[in-house]
Amino acid sequence: MDLINVSYDSQIPNNVGLSSDKKVLKALEKWHPGYINWWNDLIPQNFQDSMVYLRTAVSVDPKGWAKFDYVKMPDYRWGILLAPAVEGRTIPMGEHLGEPAWQEVPGEYRNMLKRLIVIQGDTEPGSVEQQRFLGLTAPSLYDMRNLFQVNVEEGRHLWAMVYLLQKYFGKDGREEADDMLVRSSGSDDSPRMLGAFNEETPDWLSFFMFTYFTDRDGKMQLESLAQSGFDPLSRTVRFMLTEEAHHMFVGETGVGRTIQATLDAMNKAGITDPYDIAKIRDLGVIDLPTIQKKLNLHYTLSLDLFGQEVSTNAANAFNYGIKGRYMEQRIDDDHKLQNDTYPVTSIKDGKILTEDVPALTAINMRLRDDYVRDASGGVGRWNKLIAKSGVQFEFKMPHEGFHRQIGVFSSVAVDPDGAIVSAEEWAKRQDEWLPTKEDGAFIQSLMKPCYEPGKYATWIAPPKVGIDNKPGDFEYVKLHMA
Amino acid sequence: MTKIINFQTDPSQYKHWKVEYDGAVANLFMDVDEDGGLFDGYQLKLNSYDLGVDIELADVVQRMRFEHPEVKVVVMQSAKDKVFCAGANIRMLGGAAHSHKVNFCKFTNETRNTYEAALADSAQNYICAVKGACAGGGYELALACNHIMLTDDSASSVSLPEVPLLAVLPGTGGLTRVTDKRKVRRDLADVFCSVEEGVKGKRALTWRLVDEVIPNSKFDEAVVARAHEMAENSAKADVAKGINLTPLTREISEDAVIYSTVEVTLDRAGRRSTILIKGPTDAAPADMAAFEAMGDQSWMLRCARELDDAILHLRLNEMELGLMEFQTQGDPESVIAHEALMLNDPDHWLSNEVLKYWKRVLKRVDMTSRSLVATVEHGSCFAGPLAELLWSVDRSYMMLEEFDGDNRPMASLTLSAGNFDTYPMGNDLTRLQTRFLGTPEDVDTAQMRIGEALEAGDAEELGLVTYAYDDIDWEDEVRLFMEERASFSPDAMTGMEANLRFAGPETMETRIFGRLTAWQNWIFQRPNAVGEEGALQRYGTGVRGKYNMERV
Repeated sequence: MDLINVSYDSQIPNNVGLSSDKKVLKALEKWHPGYINWWNDLIPQNFQDSMVYLRTAVSVDPKGWAKFDYVKMPDYRWGILLAPAVEGRTIPMGEHLGEPAWQEVPGEYRNMLKRLIVIQGDTEPGSVEQQRFLGLTAPSLYDMRNLFQVNVEEGRHLWAMVYLLQKYFGKDGREEADDMLVRSSGSDDSPRMLGAFNEETPDWLSFFMFTYFTDRDGKMQLESLAQSGFDPLSRTVRFMLTEEAHHMFVGETGVGRTIQATLDAMNKAGITDPYDIAKIRDLGVIDLPTIQKKLNLHYTLSLDLFGQEVSTNAANAFNYGIKGRYMEQRIDDDHKLQNDTYPVTSIKDGKILTEDVPALTAINMRLRDDYVRDASGGVGRWNKLIAKSGVQFEFKMPHEGFHRQIGVFSSVAVDPDGAIVSAEEWAKRQDEWLPTKEDGAFIQSLMKPCYEPGKYATWIAPPKVGIDNKPGDFEYVKLHMA
Repeated sequence: MTKIINFQTDPSQYKHWKVEYDGAVANLFMDVDEDGGLFDGYQLKLNSYDLGVDIELADVVQRMRFEHPEVKVVVMQSAKDKVFCAGANIRMLGGAAHSHKVNFCKFTNETRNTYEAALADSAQNYICAVKGACAGGGYELALACNHIMLTDDSASSVSLPEVPLLAVLPGTGGLTRVTDKRKVRRDLADVFCSVEEGVKGKRALTWRLVDEVIPNSKFDEAVVARAHEMAENSAKADVAKGINLTPLTREISEDAVIYSTVEVTLDRAGRRSTILIKGPTDAAPADMAAFEAMGDQSWMLRCARELDDAILHLRLNEMELGLMEFQTQGDPESVIAHEALMLNDPDHWLSNEVLKYWKRVLKRVDMTSRSLVATVEHGSCFAGPLAELLWSVDRSYMMLEEFDGDNRPMASLTLSAGNFDTYPMGNDLTRLQTRFLGTPEDVDTAQMRIGEALEAGDAEELGLVTYAYDDIDWEDEVRLFMEERASFSPDAMTGMEANLRFAGPETMETRIFGRLTAWQNWIFQRPNAVGEEGALQRYGTGVRGKYNMERV
C-alpha cells in the first residue's frame, strides 16, 4: 500500500464529498499514517498478511450497504459513511425541541459535543487493543474471521469519530484525534478513558461476553447519540449501529455455542449435575457455573459504563439536545422532561430504595434500565438452550448493585441476589460469584487454536449458519504462514 | 443557619484529610467524606469541599507549623482515584446564603494564603501532586502550592470552569494567582478560564499552569523524589520536635464566649460584640526553652489562638453583630516582656512561629468585614502586638486623664520594636506605615518613643489613636459613635471600611481579596448566577442558566 500518495477518494469509501473537502482531506492525510502504524503495531504480523473474508461497508443503501470478500486487514477500506440525511430533521428533545437539527456545531455546545465524541471514539480502538492477541487462540477460522470483522469495524468507528473531530472541531479536534492513537488500553501512562476498556480480554469466552455485554453498552450509547440534534453525529452513529448489531450477534452466538458444547458434552457423558465441575471440565468444556461467573463479571463492569445514576452532565447533554434517550421518538412524553420525575435507586440507612428524582438528571439511570432489558433477551435464549437439553440450570442476571465501582452501589457490598452484606462477607464469598484465578487458568488451558476449515475447538459448538451463507467448511481466513 | 460552626478541630476528628509523615516530608491526602458535609442537602462528591473541609485543612496547616516543624515539604495530593479535587461543592454554594458564600470564600482564601506563606515564613514548602481532574477550587488548592506536578495520562487536567459552567468566578484567588503568581500570559489565561475541560499534559506546562508534567507510570516515584530533593535543599533549619496544640478552653453561652485570655460579650440589641483581651498574669518565661517547655500554654500563643478563634466565631456565627469593639485589660509592661522574649530570640523556631502566627491573626482582624473600634480604657494593655489592634480597627478612642471613681492605672499605649516590622499587613507594610502613608516621618517619630507608656495626649498627638476624650465627653462620644455606626447600612460600611483600610501598594494578597470583594461578590448577587434561573441555581438540573445579556 502506498502510504504517501494515498488516493483518498478511492481508498476511503465515503458519502461526505471528501474529495472536494480539502481541509478535512488534509487533516485525514496527516492522521492516516499514524492510524496505519497503530494497526500494524497492534495485530500480530501473520494475521496482517492473511486474507480474511470480511464485509466492507461500501454504501449506505440499506439493501446493499456491504460486500463480502477476501481482504488483508491493513488494506481494509475504512470508509466514512453517514446514514442518509433526513429531510427537514428537527431536534428531538430538550430545550431546542422542534428546531431544525444543527448542520454545524453550535459554539456554546462545542466542548460538550467534543467530549462526548472523544469518549465514544476512545472506546473503539480500546476494544481492538484489548482483543489483539485473541487470533492466536481462535477456536476456528469462522470465529477468527468474526473477531477480525469486529476489529476492523471498531477501527472504522474510530475513523467515523475522527472524521467528525477533524471536520467540525478545528485544531482542538485534530489534537483529540491524534490523542486517540496515543492512549492505549491498559497503559500506565495513558490508559483508555473508561475503565472497562483497560481490562484485559484474556480468552475467547471473555471476548464473547465483552461483545455481548460491553458492546451492548456501546450500542445504547450510540442509540442515544443517534438522537443528537447535531445532525452529522446523528447520521454517523445511525450507520455505525448497523455494524454494531453484528458485534452483539458474535457475542450472543459465541456464548450460546459455548453453552451448547458444554450441554452436548454433558449429555454424551451422562452427567446431569451442572455443579459436577471437575468432571465437566475433564470433558474439555466450560462448566455452566463458571459461565455464570463470567456473566456476572462482564455484566457488572458494563453497568459501570453508564456512570452515576444521577448526573448533571447527562442532564445537560439531554437538555441541550446533544444526546437523547433510547428510542426517543417512541417515548410518549414531552421530550423536555422539565417537570417529570424518574425512579432511581439509592441507599439510605443500609437499605436499597427507589426514589423519584427530576427526570432530566436521571438520564443515565433510564438508559441503564433500557440496557438491562435489552441485555436480558439473550440470557433468556441461552436458558432455552439449557432447558432443551434437560440439564437443570438457569443463568441469572445478578442484581444491578452487585460488584459495582461507580454509582450509588459503589459504597456498599451487594450479593448477586441484591442483599446488602458486609464487606468481609462479600470478600469471603467473592469466589462463588466472580471468576477466580483458577477459573481463568482453566479457561485459558482450553484456548488452543483450531485453524482447520470447518473444525472447532472442543469447548465451542459450530454455528448454525455460516457468514454470508457460506458452507460449514468454508475457509474464512486464508492464513499467511510465513 | 442555626447550627454553630466550630473552627476547632484536631486530627482525631478529621473526616476529610489525612497526613502521613515521612521524615522531612509530609504527605497530605485529601479524601473527602461524601456524607461528611457541614450542612444537610448536599454530598461532597469527587473530593469537592465545603467550609468543614477547609476548617480541617486550616488546622492541618497550623499544626504542621507548630507540631511538625521537622517537616520541610508537604505534598498535597488526593487519596481518591481519578480525581484530585472537583472544587467547592456547587450544591452547597447554590443552597447557601450570600453571606455564607462570602465568608466561605474569605476563609478559604485565608487558608490558601496560610500554606502559601508557610514557605516565606518558615521555609515549610507546600507542593502539589495532581492526578485526575483538578477543577475550579481544586486547581486553586494547587495554585496556592509553590510547585505543581501534573501526571501526563492524557486525561488529568487542570481547569477553572467557573465561568462557562456556573457563571461565577473562581473564588479562592484562582484568576489572580494564574496571572500574578504563575504569570500565565493573559490571552492564554483567557482561553484557559473559558474552557470547561481545562488544559492537560504538555500544554499545561507550556502555558505555565503547572511546573512539571510527568509520565503517569513514573509519576508517583517522581513526586517522592522531588519532595525529598526539595526537603534536602530546604533552607528550613532542623527542628527535632514540635509542641502540641491542645484544645482551647472555651465556653459558649447565649451572650458570651469565654476563653482563658479572651472574653467576647454579645450585645444583640446593640448589634455589637466586645472582645476583651486580658494581658498575661504570669511573668514571661525566662527563655525560649522555658517557653517551649510550656507547650501551647504561654500567654503569647494562647492569646493568639483564642483571638483567632473568637474572630472566626463572630464572623460565621454572629452575622448581625456589625460592630466589634476591642478592649484590653492588664499590665502593658508584661505584654511587652512576653513579646520581647521572642523579638530577642528571633532565630528560635518557636519564636518565629508564634510571631508569624500573630501576623496572621492580625491580618484576620484587618480582613474582618465588621466595623471595628478599639477603646483604650484605664487599666488596659495596648502594647506590642495588642497595640497593632489600634491600627487595624477603623477608629480608636482613648481615655484622657483621670476618670471620676476609676482607680485603674492610667490608660496608656506602649510601642515595641515589633510594631515596626514584625506584623506586616497584606500590603507588606506595617500598620503604622500604612497609617502614615502620607507622612512617613511620623513612623520615625513614633519609633523614637518605643517602650514609653504613652498617655492619651501623646498618643493623640502622635496620631496613634483617633480621639482622646476625658471624663466629661467619653461616655457620650463613644455611645454616639456606636449608635451611629449601628444605624448605617451594613453594606455601605463593609465597602467603605474595606476601601479605607487597605491603603498603599498592592500585593498579590491584596489583589486576591480586593478582586474577590469587587467582582465575585458582585457576581454572587446577580441574577445571572443566583437568580432562580441563574446558572448557579440551575447547575445540576440539566437546565441552563438564563442570562440577562446586558453588559453592566
